[in-house]
Amino acid sequence: MRRARDPFFWGLFSAGGMLTALLLPALFLVAAITAPMGWFGMTGYEEWVALASHPVTRGGLLVVAFLAFFHAAHRFRYTLYDGLQLYHLDALISIVTYGVAAALTVLAAALLILVV
Amino acid sequence: MKSQARIPTGRISDPGYPQASNPEYTRHHPRWYRRHMPIFWWLRKFAYTKFILRELTSQPVMYATLFLLGKVWVLSRGPEAYEIFVQWLSHPAFLAFHALVLVGLLFHTVTWLNLTPKALVLRVAGRKVPGWAIVGAHYGAWLGLSGVILWILAGR
Repeated sequence: MRRARDPFFWGLFSAGGMLTALLLPALFLVAAITAPMGWFGMTGYEEWVALASHPVTRGGLLVVAFLAFFHAAHRFRYTLYDGLQLYHLDALISIVTYGVAAALTVLAAALLILVV
Repeated sequence: MKSQARIPTGRISDPGYPQASNPEYTRHHPRWYRRHMPIFWWLRKFAYTKFILRELTSQPVMYATLFLLGKVWVLSRGPEAYEIFVQWLSHPAFLAFHALVLVGLLFHTVTWLNLTPKALVLRVAGRKVPGWAIVGAHYGAWLGLSGVILWILAGR
């Protein structure tokens, strides 16, 4: 059972790793540091609302969130597995890490689809 | 190894220890081969530490993603909520923390892109595309996409 599922999670890990590597530094830099500090353009509330409510932004963010959560879950699973050597807890760790990723994806979808 | 009430010491005088006709065979309990690794094994060598730090970049990735979703949520709560959010974010403690998160994200990006030739083996006209070309193409994509994001979000 576990063996059969691993390539699936490996694929999500890989896709999420690539997408977050390419997009997150620039997105986070602007959203968390330069815009709140009022540096450069795009610092006002209205502009951000227009961007955040655009369907393309919402759809794109949902894809990023889904893949980022499963990327992080898979990587953190093996960090615990190798780093802390919790070999005997692998089943529990898998359920918790992928479970959290799935729950957060559902929450992200609810936010991005339902909250205007 | 299962349900050992007591571990035999291997001494013949050990009470309850089976006495065989040939004591050579039963006197000593076999030693189980088990390597014990300390939990902080990865601090011993810089390469190991780098490996663990690379694996821990999953946490900045997680945080940044939740942050972006949180920002969308705050924006939906109206201008006053966004004003408070911005005030929090411009606090020096938050700025310092977010700078650290950004360093983690960049470490993720650099280590991820550097490994692309190992994950991707391309052949063009029967010849293997060299690793530096694959890495270079990915760095180019990263810089290009970052440029587009920065131009849309901060350039105008």
